[in-house]
Amino acid sequence: MNLDFTPEEQAFRDEVRAFIAENHPKELADFGMREDMTREQMVAWHKILGKKGWSVPAWPVEYGGTGWTPTQRYIWSEENARANTFMPLPFGVSMVGPVIYTFGSEEQKARHLPGIRSGEVWWCQGYSEPGAGSDLANLKTTAVRDGDHYIINGQKTWTTLAQHADWGFFLCRTDPTAKPQEGISFILIDMKTPGVEVKPIKLLDGSYEVNETWLTDVRVPVENLVGEENKGWTYAKFLLAHERTGIAGVARSKRGIEKLRAIAAKEIANGEPLITDFDFARKISQLEIDLAALEITELRTLAGEQAGKGPGPESSILKIKGTEIQQRLTELTLEAVGHYGAPYMGGVSNDNGANAHPVGPDYATHAAATYFNMRKTSIYGGSNEIQRNIIAKMILGL
Amino acid sequence: MDFNFTEEQDMVRDGLSRLVREQYDWETRRKAIASPAGWRPEIWAQLAELGILGMPFSEADGGFGGGAVDAMVIMEEFGKGLVVEPFVPTVVCAGGFLKHAGTAAQKEEHIGAIVSGSAVFAFAYAEPKGRFDYADLETTAKKDGAGYVINGHKAVVIGAPWAGHLIVTARTGGARRDRGGVSVFVLAKDTPGVTTRDYVTVDGRRASEVYFENVAVGADALIGAEGEGLALIELVTDEAIAALCAEACGAMKVAHAMTVEYSRQRKQFGVPIGSFQVIQHRLVDMYTAYETAVSLTYLATLRLGADERERKRAVSAAKVGVGQSARLIGQEAVQIHGGNGVTDEYAVGHYFKRLTIFDSEFGNVDHHLKRHVALA
Repeated sequence: MNLDFTPEEQAFRDEVRAFIAENHPKELADFGMREDMTREQMVAWHKILGKKGWSVPAWPVEYGGTGWTPTQRYIWSEENARANTFMPLPFGVSMVGPVIYTFGSEEQKARHLPGIRSGEVWWCQGYSEPGAGSDLANLKTTAVRDGDHYIINGQKTWTTLAQHADWGFFLCRTDPTAKPQEGISFILIDMKTPGVEVKPIKLLDGSYEVNETWLTDVRVPVENLVGEENKGWTYAKFLLAHERTGIAGVARSKRGIEKLRAIAAKEIANGEPLITDFDFARKISQLEIDLAALEITELRTLAGEQAGKGPGPESSILKIKGTEIQQRLTELTLEAVGHYGAPYMGGVSNDNGANAHPVGPDYATHAAATYFNMRKTSIYGGSNEIQRNIIAKMILGL
Repeated sequence: MDFNFTEEQDMVRDGLSRLVREQYDWETRRKAIASPAGWRPEIWAQLAELGILGMPFSEADGGFGGGAVDAMVIMEEFGKGLVVEPFVPTVVCAGGFLKHAGTAAQKEEHIGAIVSGSAVFAFAYAEPKGRFDYADLETTAKKDGAGYVINGHKAVVIGAPWAGHLIVTARTGGARRDRGGVSVFVLAKDTPGVTTRDYVTVDGRRASEVYFENVAVGADALIGAEGEGLALIELVTDEAIAALCAEACGAMKVAHAMTVEYSRQRKQFGVPIGSFQVIQHRLVDMYTAYETAVSLTYLATLRLGADERERKRAVSAAKVGVGQSARLIGQEAVQIHGGNGVTDEYAVGHYFKRLTIFDSEFGNVDHHLKRHVALA
């Protein structure tokens, strides 16, 4: 048992670091908020990684994975966080990709996996509905067989970045008479199909990140069904476990703490740098300690996965602790900037109520918006309360 | 990076687990800690036979060449059974001082005796007014010819009633709380001038107040360089903290498992209380607290050999995080057991008591949070 890098792992780190330094577009490192980015900017690094063969490290090698060890994947995350890269979005790479290569047909693999790897095709997730949040199995969107098509009707919500999406993966009810979990199917929909309508939902930080997705008599070929009809709930749960493994965000939070320390060194409280205030420094240390615990817990989970256990219910711990830490980090950052958390800087380009020019220090500009935005993390991907239900049932056997 | 245990470590765990299961059952433990001796020398002899007491020493020193990870494995099993025998004072603390800074003669005299089980040590470092500062010493050791004369009062010396030898910290120079001027001594407990007041601790162990009145020791009692003992004390106590964190993890694991089982059996309103979401989520929070405590214990254990700053940060992180988990799990375990949790009869309360006292050993949560901040 040890935490040291072998010479090979050190060489790998150097290789990764050099590759990022040479290839990551410099302008991408400086975005404060995702909503200021164009679609092309958001996929730029993904496309570069796709060409390099590094866009889907966790996939099996036969589908384009890198075959990296957990330690190499850890190094990969660390180095990307260090350079503040904009990583490939999870909807294709971490969500639908693993479902397709695990449960999909050969035709589906051949058709969809290359676009996910390369970053050419943007995917979105059609799970939640107005009446089906934590109780996801209560979803009402229907897919009715009509010859060699499904006719799909319903309303999805919280569809993240669907405004850019080419394809979506949707949970639809194909057997209304079965028990809630047993009548659901996992269907891929081309977002350009007639009857698909995406409407923005403005969030409380002023951003436009999620959408309502309306489906009205959408005709989808039956070959877009993944796996078996009415088995979609199994695939949905598999996907959620995969989603949770990357959700801890340890490397990014480490970088966030470095930034927080830098801010607290510049802010003045009672005539001294805020960082020398024990009450504030103590909160940062507590956060660092909790993050260190999460980091080792994630590494233990990855090591267990490599031993063949696959992402299991333990990943729920990573989701709970990772999102709590992300939220506390943004909370402390907002506390650190003091008065300059108040000026509203969101939506500069598209909102009449916004201030056109930043006031206060640069690092304060997005502090409040980021704090507000990150409240989503304990709600999405299965709320943290649902994660507790999963652990209670699957691990504690209650 | 590697999170696997070696085959030898798995064997040590299995052997100890069997010993605790077969010979440390709840009734036997209860009788032993209530007996006049308060511990079982026959258990100590078996630990020597199993090679447990020699595990962390190098083969050159007469041990079995194990390291901090071996100590972690051992302590976790001790924690599961609430084993009271003084492994930390004897093997981790005294053994640590001897192996890091002992002279050839000191090692020759003591390490073999520790490995064979014939020597039991206690570590007398705390003082009534020193709290968690190892340099805040009223105990003095004044140079007297070739040797020293020690005067002072050491507080809550765990395992001292069972010990034949003491490791003692004392000031040989400098002002109170100076980093310089702290020295470490090894001496027999029956050295003239040493008196003790022995007592029982709330977590089922034994301890003493130890008084030194003009205790004359030779120059050969000094471990390490005179006046430069503080860095050594910090190293050894960091090793002790990592070991205690592993013990706490073992105790937390059992306390949590007992509570989950209880919540399955105990019925109220016609159903097991474990079917209530409010109970389930609390049990999950305990589980998460346990897992993160294990992670921090790994971190501290694997960083004991790192440079001083990194070692101290990792150990303090663990003492804070494990201390917080221990508090949460201990309190919640009692709460979910309801009235039974506050009885002497139920084992869970005894795990709670051990986990409570763990916090104050070698610096509590607040103390180590301060140390972590200072090293940021």
